[in-house]
Amino acid sequence: MFYLQEIGSTLLVTVRDVLPILAILFGFQIFVLRRPIPNLRRTLTGIVYVVLGLGFFLVGLEQALFPLGKLMVQQLTDPEFIQRGLGVVTESLSWQDYKWVYVFAAAIGFAAVIAEPALIAVAMKAQNVSGGTINTWGLRLVVAAGVATGITLGTYRIVTGAPIHYFIVAGYVFVIIQTLFAPKLIVALAYDSGGVATSTVTVPLVVALGLGLASTVPGRSPLLDGFGLIAFACLFPIITVMGYAQIVQWRARSLAARKQASRSGEDHENE
Amino acid sequence: MKTARTGVIRQLYESVRDLLPIIFVIVVFQYLILRQPFPNLPQLLAGTLLVVAGLALFIRGLEMGLFPIGEAMAYGFTRKGSLTWLLIFAFSLGFGTTIAEPALIAVAGKAADVAAEAGAIDPDAAARLNYALGLRFTVALSVGFAIVIGVIRILRGWPIHYIIIAGYTGVVIMTAIAPKEIIGIAYDSGGVTTSTVTVPLVTALGVGLASSIKGRNPMIDGFGLIAFASLTPMIFVMVYGMVV
Repeated sequence: MFYLQEIGSTLLVTVRDVLPILAILFGFQIFVLRRPIPNLRRTLTGIVYVVLGLGFFLVGLEQALFPLGKLMVQQLTDPEFIQRGLGVVTESLSWQDYKWVYVFAAAIGFAAVIAEPALIAVAMKAQNVSGGTINTWGLRLVVAAGVATGITLGTYRIVTGAPIHYFIVAGYVFVIIQTLFAPKLIVALAYDSGGVATSTVTVPLVVALGLGLASTVPGRSPLLDGFGLIAFACLFPIITVMGYAQIVQWRARSLAARKQASRSGEDHENE
Repeated sequence: MKTARTGVIRQLYESVRDLLPIIFVIVVFQYLILRQPFPNLPQLLAGTLLVVAGLALFIRGLEMGLFPIGEAMAYGFTRKGSLTWLLIFAFSLGFGTTIAEPALIAVAGKAADVAAEAGAIDPDAAARLNYALGLRFTVALSVGFAIVIGVIRILRGWPIHYIIIAGYTGVVIMTAIAPKEIIGIAYDSGGVTTSTVTVPLVTALGVGLASSIKGRNPMIDGFGLIAFASLTPMIFVMVYGMVV
């Protein structure tokens, strides 16, 4: 009951994955830096929590969310479901007929990013470092919106079969131009947010979506077209995070300008 | 004791809030669009409870263990003042966390299938295993290299966008000359290398370094290590696709 066996084996795997990292950390701390670990007991308790937490998290995902998510992908991309939605049986489906796939891609992308522990970690750090200027939830919502956009566009690409590098190269050019205009403080964090958003929760769901779609859309090969959704999910948060910072900056500027204008207006009245 | 208990409740409440969107999406699609009942409801509920508890524990452990140790090591290395050791540490952290990354093992296996299908390697199991292992090694090397470059950037205070633009240019050039079937996998390999344990550690290291060195702003200089770690694998994997 309650997956004791799965929890046990997943915990073992988690420990195996985390051990090399711990060996590096403690090895360097003890043999190179030659310093005791500060707050040893607290740190060790924290690491035990991390391993236990990650283990539970993974078992839960694998037992509940992932099978269900994959099942839903299968049903949504099933040509029969799509034709039922159309009400007529047609020989060939056009890209518009996959509308529920796009909606699902956007919704699941957004929701998975909100649940992503790595992004929570980076957002906490960013709020801390920026002294609260960057709000944890604000950053997570903006990154989630970026991933949702990216995955939707990525599913559209799989349905139409357009070559992936057109999209990615165009996206990169856009990011480079945007960087020149974005506030300096946000640039590094924006670049980071792409890699961070695609982690434990998002990757399996997105890969399932890509492979499921590529194996049901006629003319696509899961091996050649099933990949690439993660690249979309990595690219678009960079654009939305910088974009959000730009909007905030413009609004602050125009507000300041308006204040300035009204103040000088008052001065004139006083004269 | 009382504060500890309210802390736990707050943490659980936050985890529930973090997971509500994904539960909402799944319920809505299952009931309203697919119009299917949930298979195996008790199992689903138990799994969801585990996810909530796991997330709460993980975040708590992050604040208690991973963040402090990452920062302590960044301060330790600045005090020690040995660039060589810092760079060796940076490389080991990048390489060591990536080589065993489960998501990467999965992607490398798929990539071997693609290569076999395209006729780039022999279709037998040994050749595929070899190819997958080589790919994992390549990606781990590239992440180690990325963290080293990233740490040097923090120390020198180079603006991040020069390096990123150079990296993107590298990706674009490689895309033009690499075999077509490797491109999708190469692009994806950037995203899969940054795992849930690596991200907080690497972030704490970067921010810790930037805040312990005079003249560096942790916001401008501290972030960006993850960005490098997700960029270099793309280039390295495409090179690997050309060479093998």
